[in-house]
Amino acid sequence: MDLNIVWFILITVLFTGFFILEGFDYGVGIMMIGRPKNERGQFVRAIGPVWDGNEVWMITAGGATFAAFPHVYATMFSTFYLALFLMLLALIMRGVAFELRGKLQYSDWINFWDFGIIFGSFVPALLWGVAVVNLLRGLPINFEMHYVGNFLNLLSPCALVGGIFFVLLFTFHGANFLSIKIADVGLLQDIQKKSFSLGLSALFNYVLFAAVMAHDTDILSKPGTIIFLGLSVAAVIMSCMGAKAGNGCKAFLSSTLAIAFLTIGFFTALFPRIMVSSISPDFSLNIYNAASTPHTLMLMTIAAAIFVPIVLCYQAWSYKVFKDRITPADVHYH
Amino acid sequence: MDALILSRLQFAITTIYHFLFVPVTLGLSIFVALLETWYVNSGSYEERIKLKKLVKFFGTIFLINFAMGVVTGIVQEFHFGMNWSEYARFMGDIFGAPLALEALTAFFIESTFIGLWIFGWDKLSEKMHCLCIWLVAFGSNLSAFWILVANSFMQHPVGYAIEDGRAVMTDFIDLVTNPYVVGEYSHALFAGITTGGFLVMVVSAWKIATDEESREMFVRTLRRAVLYTMLGVLGVMGSGHLHAQYLAQANPMKLASFEALWETENPAPFAIVADINQEMRRNDFEIIIPKMFTFMVHNSFSGEVKGINDLQKEAVEKYGSGYYIPNDVCGMFWSFRAMVGAGGLLLMIVFVTGCLVFFCRSKIREHHCCLKLMPLLLPLPFIANSAGWYIAEAGRQPWIVVGLQKTAVAVSPNLSAGEVWITLIGFTAIYLFLAVLAVFAAVMFIRRTKITEEV
Repeated sequence: MDLNIVWFILITVLFTGFFILEGFDYGVGIMMIGRPKNERGQFVRAIGPVWDGNEVWMITAGGATFAAFPHVYATMFSTFYLALFLMLLALIMRGVAFELRGKLQYSDWINFWDFGIIFGSFVPALLWGVAVVNLLRGLPINFEMHYVGNFLNLLSPCALVGGIFFVLLFTFHGANFLSIKIADVGLLQDIQKKSFSLGLSALFNYVLFAAVMAHDTDILSKPGTIIFLGLSVAAVIMSCMGAKAGNGCKAFLSSTLAIAFLTIGFFTALFPRIMVSSISPDFSLNIYNAASTPHTLMLMTIAAAIFVPIVLCYQAWSYKVFKDRITPADVHYH
Repeated sequence: MDALILSRLQFAITTIYHFLFVPVTLGLSIFVALLETWYVNSGSYEERIKLKKLVKFFGTIFLINFAMGVVTGIVQEFHFGMNWSEYARFMGDIFGAPLALEALTAFFIESTFIGLWIFGWDKLSEKMHCLCIWLVAFGSNLSAFWILVANSFMQHPVGYAIEDGRAVMTDFIDLVTNPYVVGEYSHALFAGITTGGFLVMVVSAWKIATDEESREMFVRTLRRAVLYTMLGVLGVMGSGHLHAQYLAQANPMKLASFEALWETENPAPFAIVADINQEMRRNDFEIIIPKMFTFMVHNSFSGEVKGINDLQKEAVEKYGSGYYIPNDVCGMFWSFRAMVGAGGLLLMIVFVTGCLVFFCRSKIREHHCCLKLMPLLLPLPFIANSAGWYIAEAGRQPWIVVGLQKTAVAVSPNLSAGEVWITLIGFTAIYLFLAVLAVFAAVMFIRRTKITEEV
């Protein structure tokens, strides 16, 4: 196996980690819609200690893409220019909101920042779904690896289906996370009820999403992709069953698997390409024509082999430290 | 204005804004860690309670600043691909590695342990909790190292080869031991200590002057912060001086530009003020100290310092015809004077405040007025930091990577001016808006929080 393949796998790992971890962060943020202040406080408290570490998975995925596949980084980020701008606005609002919402006790102040968290969670979830569909369908990329379309090309109805699907799946995942983090019995039951109906809508959208993908892309021509997507759908069903039975652990672990299989299935579909050109297959960016030199790939492989396990250890430890359920009394603590 | 100039403007605005918060993170994280170590190791129960309150107080200010630094940093990482895709293609083999390493080795530590620190007061042992803030400080300062490794390559490329029209890494060790890194990193680290320390000084002084109940407590932090800031100011001046001397070999064009020295001279004078005429490539008017520039560079009053015009000729011989002079010599000249001036003022202020708190402690009450006015001086380190980066980056022009790639060809070719206008206005607007809210939150917190002697 050459280093280019190793790096394709590593990028897959980083994006999988990112979608799993930020998936429930975004989901918890979206779950805050229409909740009273004290419940929103508990939700924020549930992800408070970990959201920042989770977000670094996205930054690392971006940085690793830059190091291993610089052409992908260059083409992808300049292609999605305005979409990424929107995402950055959302992430800026969200990050500052977590820190500032508790600093003053005025209702308006807290409401404003909670809106920031909701906005900052919804928009990235939606945009990642849109981006995934666009990456699978292919984009007008010319022989110089330059994007020659415009912003509106990216917002096709089909891409929006992907966006909505991601929002629902992440919200479902977030609800499952809350069902293992919230102590208050009344609120917990309410969340689990929501979680079940969210799971069903995610499942329905999964079918829609798959149909659109099957129609528009070559995603279903690869057996690997079909297997992973199948596993992913099965995991969503398992997760729904867990939510229905009030088994938060089962629900959360299953939705984690669902997102993992989905991400792996998505990368399997792309392999060995990373960005597909809709103009000509020859213009697609793949793991060879878009990569760094073997020297840099080797260096980065060593670095990843050392540091990724260390990161996993201390992040796992941090989850262990904060394993307790959140009570309404915890909220004033911050 | 086209997408190129707008992208440059956007990068300049977002970088300078980002770097308002970064030095505070670098310096204040270490200060809070020192304060917590002091608390953990303190013998008496009463003392511990008091110090813990101070740690939480300055920790809160640190967190507000930290959040601003983190979110504006993400924008910077995305920028290289969004606006500078051709730079990312040309440089990715080299530049991507330190960026990925920054995320892997520094951001993960910083972000995970800040969460543990904020929410772990009752869940971790005191020593473990203290270790968390040290790890945050370590992560922050390590991330500064990686990004300055990347930046140093742009200023002074080493350990590379050009293959198939792009720069490729030949030696990673060369990259991280680039002598340019030493100057940039030490200068940035001490600037962080100065900025973080001075912020603590200002907040403490303001609390002493305006909050009777908390006065005694903040005398403690004022004393510590004076020493800490003094270390920072002296360090930043020393490292800056050595770095400028190093520039005489590594990047003489930058050095000559911020001193507006057009002709090669031996010995070269130092211009205190100058009316710079970039078009005619001369100063129309200047007030000089003879031989001084030579002395600053060579530590003696004889020695040649190369002027901009000769360096331009050399560059033409080396790279072919073109304009190799930074296009804002005037801005660089005055930025340098603003930076050094702000630094000198800081040194004086820290010295005077130090005399007051260490030698006339009983008279602190009589100097309320002075202490009350301290917040007006808070912009000084921020002015110096911004001006310093302006010199560093404007002095690199017209290159994005000195000698290898010009800024003009590095911009993303698919961007229209309209798109960049949207993002430029958008970033500027949200940055201004958030600055107001963050400062408001911090000021309200500082005013309202009382830390009394009572246990």
